[in-house]
Amino acid sequence: MTNVITEVSKYLMLIIMVIYTFFNFIAIGVRTEKRKKSLCAKQLFMVFLLLTLGYLIIILRKEDYTIAIFFAVQFVFYLAYYRLFIRFYKRASRLIISNSILLFGFGVMFLTRLDYTRAITQFSIGAAAFVVSMLIPVIIKKLPVLAKWAWLYAIVGIGLLAVVWRLGSTTYGAQLTLSLGPVAIQPSELVKISFVFFSASMFAKSRSFKQVFLTAIVAAVHVLILVASTDLGSGLVYFVSFLFMIFVATHKPGFFAAGIGAGAAAAVGAYAVFDHVRIRVKMWLDPFSDYENKGYQLAQSMFAISSGGWFGLGLCKGYPNSIPLARNDFIFSAIIEELGIIFACCLLLIYLGFLIQLFRVSTRIDGMFYQIIGVGLASMIGIQVFLHVGGVTRMIPSTGITLPLVSYGGSSVLSTMITIGVIQGLNIISDGMTAKQRAGAQEKELEAEAGGELIEQ
Amino acid sequence: MNNDDIKRDEIQRQQRKRIGAAVEDYMREDDDFEDVDTYIAPDPDEVFIKLCEDGSEKKPRLSGGDGHNPPGKPPAPSEEEINKRRREIRKELIKGKKIHRDIMISTYFFVALFVGIIAYLCYFTYSKSDEFLASEYNSKRQSVYADKYIRGDIKSIDGEILATTKTDDDGKETRVYPFKNVFAHAVGYSTKGNTGIESIGNSYLLGSHTALLSQALSELKNQKIQGDTVVSTIDSRLQKAAYEALDGQKGAVIAMEVKTGKVLLMVSRPDFDPNKINEIWDDMVSDESNSNLVNRATQGLYPPGSTFKILTLLEYIRENPDSYDSFSYDCDSIYENGEYSIRCSKQVSHGMQDLKTAFANSCNGAFAVVGQSLKLDSLYDLCESMGYNSAIDTQLLVSKTKYSLTKDNASLWDVLQTSIGQGGTLTTPLLNLLIVSAAANDGVMQKPYIIDHIENANGSTVKTFSPENGRKVMYASEAKILGEYLRAVVTEGTGGNAEGKGYSVAGKTGSAEWSKGQDTHAWFVGYAPFDDPEIAVSVVVENAGSGGGVAAPIARAVFDEYFGNN
Repeated sequence: MTNVITEVSKYLMLIIMVIYTFFNFIAIGVRTEKRKKSLCAKQLFMVFLLLTLGYLIIILRKEDYTIAIFFAVQFVFYLAYYRLFIRFYKRASRLIISNSILLFGFGVMFLTRLDYTRAITQFSIGAAAFVVSMLIPVIIKKLPVLAKWAWLYAIVGIGLLAVVWRLGSTTYGAQLTLSLGPVAIQPSELVKISFVFFSASMFAKSRSFKQVFLTAIVAAVHVLILVASTDLGSGLVYFVSFLFMIFVATHKPGFFAAGIGAGAAAAVGAYAVFDHVRIRVKMWLDPFSDYENKGYQLAQSMFAISSGGWFGLGLCKGYPNSIPLARNDFIFSAIIEELGIIFACCLLLIYLGFLIQLFRVSTRIDGMFYQIIGVGLASMIGIQVFLHVGGVTRMIPSTGITLPLVSYGGSSVLSTMITIGVIQGLNIISDGMTAKQRAGAQEKELEAEAGGELIEQ
Repeated sequence: MNNDDIKRDEIQRQQRKRIGAAVEDYMREDDDFEDVDTYIAPDPDEVFIKLCEDGSEKKPRLSGGDGHNPPGKPPAPSEEEINKRRREIRKELIKGKKIHRDIMISTYFFVALFVGIIAYLCYFTYSKSDEFLASEYNSKRQSVYADKYIRGDIKSIDGEILATTKTDDDGKETRVYPFKNVFAHAVGYSTKGNTGIESIGNSYLLGSHTALLSQALSELKNQKIQGDTVVSTIDSRLQKAAYEALDGQKGAVIAMEVKTGKVLLMVSRPDFDPNKINEIWDDMVSDESNSNLVNRATQGLYPPGSTFKILTLLEYIRENPDSYDSFSYDCDSIYENGEYSIRCSKQVSHGMQDLKTAFANSCNGAFAVVGQSLKLDSLYDLCESMGYNSAIDTQLLVSKTKYSLTKDNASLWDVLQTSIGQGGTLTTPLLNLLIVSAAANDGVMQKPYIIDHIENANGSTVKTFSPENGRKVMYASEAKILGEYLRAVVTEGTGGNAEGKGYSVAGKTGSAEWSKGQDTHAWFVGYAPFDDPEIAVSVVVENAGSGGGVAAPIARAVFDEYFGNN
C-alpha cells in the first residue's frame, strides 16, 4: 500500500509542479488585480498540495509521525505569513509571496528527507527571516534617505567582510563564518544587500566617469576581500551583479564588456595563483582523475543526476546523502536524483519566472536608486541559481554557491528573504507605470495646466 | 493672420529648435547629465495619487526645490516654464526608456542563461547520463538498480544467449552463462564487480526502455522490471572457432570488421567458468602464474616481435618514397655491427633480399639495417600516432602499450632491437589488430566496439551503436603499398599457413623473444580478403614457437569459419 501511495504521489507531484510553473508564467502577463488574486490563490493551493504529497511520502518512508506535526506548523505559518503580508501591504506582489513560499517550503521538505533535525533548524531560522521580510517594505517606503547613505553601506560591508577575513579565517579556516555566541553567521550573504544598496546609491547620485570609477574601486575592494578569504563563489556573485548594475546605470555596453574582460583576466589570474581554483577546474574537466579525493563530490553528484533520469527515483528512494554537502552546496543534484530532471527544470523555470517578476518591478518604478537596487538584487539571485545548478551538473566548474531559499543555511535564507522584502518594498512604492506611461501622464498634466494653449505633437 | 499670430508662430519655432537642441545635447552627453543628478524620488504614492487627480498640481515633478512655486493658488504657468518642464519630461523619458531597455536586456540575458541550463540538463539526461551510470566508480547506486530491475540478457549478433538471469520460486536470482568458458572474458561476470560486456553494458542491463506507463505500473505493483537486452557484435561461431583453435595454449585471438570496428570475436586463454565465479574466485585471484581473469586480448602486454616490422617498413617508405624499392641486403643469417649481432630466425640465410622479400621472409638483418637509417623521432611519432604509449580509446578495458626509443636515449643496440620489435616495446593483441586493420582500410583506423545494439524486453531495438569516424593514421597510398608487402608475406614468405581455400590473406608473422632460453611468443596479424578486406585478426600464442607455424593456422581457423569453409 505504501508503495502505491508513494508511486502515485510521485507523479502527482510532478503534475502539480508543471501546472504551478505554467501559472507562474501566465501570471506575469496578467493585468487585472482580480485575476492575479485568483491565480495566486490557486498557486498557493498547489504549493500546499505539493508539500502535503511530499510529506506524505516522507512520513510513510521514514515512519516518523512527528514530521506530520512539523508540516502542520509550517502550514499554519505560511498561511499566516501570506494573509498578514497582504493585509499590511495591499500593493504587495502576491506572485512573489507565493513563489517564496513554494521555494522555501519545498526546500524545507527536501531537507526533511535529507536530514530532519537540520530541516527543523532551517525552518526556525527561515520563519524569523520571513518575519524580517515583512518589516523591510515599510522601511523602504518611509526612508527615502536610504539613497543617501552610500558610504555607510560601503563601510559596513567592507568592515564585515574584513572582520571575517581576518578572524573567520583564523578560527574557521575557509568556513567564512563569524561566531557570535551560539550563532554562526556568514556575513558575505548579508553584505550582498549592503553592496547593492551602496552601488545603487552611488549611481543614483551621478553617472559621471569619476563616480563610476570610484564605485568600481569600492566594489573591487569587496570582491578582493572575498577572493582573499577564498570565497571565490561569492566574489563572482558580487562581481556579476555589479556588472549588471553598471550596465543599467550607464547604458554603456562598453563598461559591461570591460567588466567581462577584467573578470576573464581575473579568472585566469585566479587560476594561476590559487591551487583550489586549479583543482576545481581540473575536477570539472575530469572528476575521475582524482576520484577518491577532490573529484569525489562532483562524481557523486553526476551519479546522482544520472540515476534520477527524467522522473527521478522517487522521494526517499535514492542515495542523495552519498554526495558530500548534499544539503546545501549540492542540493540540486539530490533533487534531480529523487524527483527527476523534469521536476528540476520546473524548479528552474519557477526561478526564472521569479526573476522576471523582480526585473519587472524595476522597469515600473521611478528613481534610479530603486531601479538599480531592483536590478542588482534580481541579478544576484539569478546568478546564484546559475552558478549552483551549473556547478553541480558540471556545466561549469563548481563554485560552492547555495541555491537561494532551497539550500540549507540560515544566512543564505535570511539574505534572500531580505532581498525579497526589499523588492516587495519597491513594488509597494512603484507607481506601476513604465517610463513611457509616466511621461505620457506628465505631458497630459502639463497640457491640462497650460489649458490647451500649447498643443505640440 | 495678424502680428500676434506671426509672433507666436515664431516663438513656437524657436521653442521647437531649443527642445530639439536640448534632446540632442542630451543624446550627445549621454551619461553626464549632472543637471538631473540631484533628483531624489518623491514619495511615489503621493505622486501617483496626485497624477490620478486633476491637473491642478503645479509642482514640476523633476525639479529639486520648489522655489518657483509661490504658495497659494498658482497662476497659469508661463510659456517658458511649460517648455522647460516639457524638456525635463522628455529628458526623463529618454533616460527612462534607456533604463527600461537595459533592464529588459538583462532580463533576456537571464532567460537565455536559464534556457541554456535546461537545454544542457535535458541533453545530459538524454545522451550522457548512461555513461556515468555505467561508470565503474558508481557501485553504490548500481545496487539500487539491481533492486528495481532484473538484469537483462546479453546476446551475440547471431542470436545466441550469452548471459541471462534466472529467478527461482523464492525470487532468488542467478546469472547463467550458457557458453561457460568460451565467452569468459568477452562477456565477463557481474557478481565480483562487473567485467567485459557485463560492465560496458551495465546501465542498459539494469535499465528499461519499455513504455514508461508499463514501468510505472510495475513499480506500483512492486514488481521488478525486466532490464534491456544487450546485443554484442561478437559472432558466437567465430568465437567458438577461435576458442577451439587456441585449445591447450595460453594466448589470445581477437578479430574485427575493418570497415566498422565491430569486434567479431575476443578469446583469451587460460579461462574460467563465469557460472562458478563465486566458488573459484579465491583460487583465481591467488593464482598469479596463469592469470586466468586477465583478458589477454586487450590487456596482455607482449613484445611485438616481427609484427613491429610493419611500422619500421612504413617509416622507411615515408622517409624514402622514391627509392625504397631499390633497397637491397645480402643476408647470411647474422648481421654484425661492432660488438652486436642480430640473427635471423632459425639461423636461415635469406641471401640477396630487396625490401619486399626481406619483409616477407622477416629478415632481421635487413630490418636492422633499415632501422639504423631511420629518423628516430619520426619513428617515435609514428608509433604514438598508431596508439603506442596510451590506452586505446574504447569501451574495453585495455592496458597502456609502450614504445620508448627516442633520439635521446638510443644506443645502437636499442636501435637494432627496436627495429625488429624487440627492445622495450610492448603491445597488446588489440593494438596490433588496429594497426593491421588500418592498413586494410585505406589507412583509417576504426574505433573498436563490442555492443551492436540494445533491445528492450519486448525485443524492439531501442538504441543502435554506429561506427564512429575512424582516425586516418596513414595515406591510402601507403596502406596500398603495405597491403602488397603484407600479401607477399602470405604468398611467398613466412605467413603461408594463414591462407585457406577460397579467400586471400595478407598479414605478418612474428616470433617474439621474451625471455632467454624460453620458446618465443607466436604472433600473426592479418586480414582477408586481400582485394576487399572485411575481417582483420590478431593472434598471439605464448611460449609456443614461430608465428608462421603456430599462430598463422589459428588465424586460418577463424578465416575458414568466417568464409564458410567448414
